[in-house]
Amino acid sequence: MSDAAASPRGVKVDLGALWVAPPLIALAVLFLYPLALIAHAAVYDATDVVNLPAAWATLGSRAFVNALFNTAEIALAATAGSLALGLTLALIIAFVPFPGATFVARLIDTFIALPTFLATLAFTFLYGSAGVLNGALVQAFHLSDAPVHFLYSAWGVILAEVTVYSPFVLRPLLAAFSQVDRGQIEAASLLGARPWRIVRQIILPAALPAAIAGGSLCLLLTVNEFGIVLFIGAKGVITLPLLIYDKAIQESDYQAACVIAMVNVALSLGLFGLYRVAARRLGA
Amino acid sequence: MLVWSRSGKAMVWSFAALVIGVVFLAPLAVILAASFARQWNGVLPSGFTLEHYAEAGGGASGAAVFASLTTGVVASLVALISGAWAALALRAQGGGAARMLGVLFFVPSAVPSVSVGLGLLVAFSQKPLLLNGTTAIVVIAHFVLISAFSFGNVSAGLARVSPDFEEVASCLGATPAYRLRRVTLPLVAPYLFAAFGLSFALSMGELGATVMVYPPGWVTLPVAIFGLTDRGDIFSGAALTIILVGVTLLLLLGIERTSAIWAQARNG
Repeated sequence: MSDAAASPRGVKVDLGALWVAPPLIALAVLFLYPLALIAHAAVYDATDVVNLPAAWATLGSRAFVNALFNTAEIALAATAGSLALGLTLALIIAFVPFPGATFVARLIDTFIALPTFLATLAFTFLYGSAGVLNGALVQAFHLSDAPVHFLYSAWGVILAEVTVYSPFVLRPLLAAFSQVDRGQIEAASLLGARPWRIVRQIILPAALPAAIAGGSLCLLLTVNEFGIVLFIGAKGVITLPLLIYDKAIQESDYQAACVIAMVNVALSLGLFGLYRVAARRLGA
Repeated sequence: MLVWSRSGKAMVWSFAALVIGVVFLAPLAVILAASFARQWNGVLPSGFTLEHYAEAGGGASGAAVFASLTTGVVASLVALISGAWAALALRAQGGGAARMLGVLFFVPSAVPSVSVGLGLLVAFSQKPLLLNGTTAIVVIAHFVLISAFSFGNVSAGLARVSPDFEEVASCLGATPAYRLRRVTLPLVAPYLFAAFGLSFALSMGELGATVMVYPPGWVTLPVAIFGLTDRGDIFSGAALTIILVGVTLLLLLGIERTSAIWAQARNG
């Protein structure tokens, strides 16, 4: 119906649609074309011959399966941790505000702008074998060796990711909490509801969309995380992005790198779709 | 207002202070302390020195600061122009096709940075576009990764602008170009500033795509920091990290100030 009404201006509308062409061409040449070439290079070997057995061998290799498993484990654990930490801090900042709470919220928010590997570097000083924690424990209990080793395992990556990604949960949660009716909470409180019951029955339902949106964004970012894993540099903790880097740059095995990149891109786009659907459905 | 008793509040607040201190403040504090430390043998670092910063001022580290700043500013400006252009064009077009294209402009933010770098490496190591080993390929990688954030920021700003202002301008005889320059762009200016700030911050910290494509003569700060810590020189790495954080925060503050002053000049 609107088409019929717009038909006298039809030509003008078509020309108007061309305005999007320059940025679209840039996106196509610099992003979509390289992605297509990754797909191409995944099935062609170095001599430019189709080599499907090599692609299958990469997908069946222990290194790939381990990396896939590590990536999923780390991403799920880090997302759960970010949700728990983000929710706890958001509840305190919004509903038990202390002097300077807004400043603290802004301070945590700036972590979004900082490089992720900063957390790993800091963890080396704090929890590394010669770090603050181990130094204190060795001194206090007269030990001969550093007792804390979690940094060089998947736990090191998970805790570093919780540090840098919980602000991504905190931000939408604080926005959602600012919409919660304070009068309702005060009324419930005056009627004798315990704080935990108010959190469960009034605050959490209101925060669910923001928590789901923030959590799925965390999941996407943790699956794609590279800097934290590279900086920890533990032999046993290889994720998909790190394996792509190893194959391409260290081993110059571009076909294997492209096969793994296809899997990683597919996984990320799936999570991205999930995030879009969640954000739209819940209006967050 | 959730916890009323004095002791309950004190308990909650000490818990919050402990968590925020351990999770967010301690990491920044130790990097800062390490960047000034001569050595770190016991629990805490000892010996104050500016040596690590002096090293960072010249030579390879100085070049890294320059490379990161240049890459960040150029990539962010191009991303801002491209993102604003796309957002404006799609808004004017409207409809389902525009919505789908809008999602397409967001996709680069969802793809892992290492894969973006790998794609550029594969695509631009062969004809017709030979860019491998140039500075341009680093700037392109950063542009691709931050373009979605610029587009998203400007789109969010445009969604909040009522079309009434623009319609009034058109009715009063403003040409589309005049309307864009004097009505639409000033209305979304705060979002343009915010988009540039976020893009620049992301570019300064970018590592995954950069390690895939950087030429030896164009080492950015994150790559240089990784090189230092990988060799075991964690104190110089800490100093360079503080420089990276300082430059990023200074520029973000500067952009915020400029945005505020600009808005004040327009309104007052």
